[in-house]
Amino acid sequence: MNLRRDVFQAIADPTRRAILLLVASQAMTAGAIAANFDTARPTVSKHLQILTECDLLAQQQTGREIYYHLNPQKMKEIADFIEPFRQMWDDRFNKLEVLMKAQQSNP
Amino acid sequence: METKTKVHAEAGKQDLTITREFALPVELLFKAHADPDIVAQWMGTKVLKLESKKYGSYQFETTDAQGNVVFRSSGVFHEFVPNQKITRTFEMELATAQTDLFGVQLEFLDFKKLTDNTSRLTMQIVYRSVAHRDQMLKMPFAQGLNRAHNRLQDIVIQLTR
Repeated sequence: MNLRRDVFQAIADPTRRAILLLVASQAMTAGAIAANFDTARPTVSKHLQILTECDLLAQQQTGREIYYHLNPQKMKEIADFIEPFRQMWDDRFNKLEVLMKAQQSNP
Repeated sequence: METKTKVHAEAGKQDLTITREFALPVELLFKAHADPDIVAQWMGTKVLKLESKKYGSYQFETTDAQGNVVFRSSGVFHEFVPNQKITRTFEMELATAQTDLFGVQLEFLDFKKLTDNTSRLTMQIVYRSVAHRDQMLKMPFAQGLNRAHNRLQDIVIQLTR
């Protein structure tokens, strides 16, 4: 088991968000997913690995192929649970930053 | 919008860590935690008392749009080292007598200078139990503080269509 990945870091990347949206409608193989991107295949594999490590994606073996599908439970869990808490602190810290920047320019 | 604030909360643990980098000198970041008027502004709460020193205590009061008190919160400072760290307790005092619902939490705030004009705040919060932590995490959701346009929610919405 690798080090636990930060889920928010995982979804901060635009390619990884695109992958999540892609597999939201149907399970896909790594090859089929990679075909949607200009980036190199190993890069896409790395993204898939990160998303799998934090349980946003799940793998399913069908014959010789491995299909990736979204783990909606995990997505829902994060959205419901931690995101509003994070957003609350993000809002507070954004205010703090604006406030103190104003102080900095008008001491 | 770029996500700047990160929350790391592992399943089954009774603590969590909030990290955030600021485009501010560490002195200003610290001042924003020590000056009662400034704290009131960014925390969105009334500051009844804030003694920014070791053994000092603080008391906040949060009201709704009609001016009714929603909750009070308070705590004491165990360490208060300018531009470096704050160690404090925090407790929600709810109007209802569910005193055991949230419990007292312990907060370690670490202020780090990155460059002359950037700094990082790391805030570790330790709760009484895993259940207490999870209950506290659910608070903003329960209070309907959920903001639109966050990316994850967008994805979930796309999912459930």
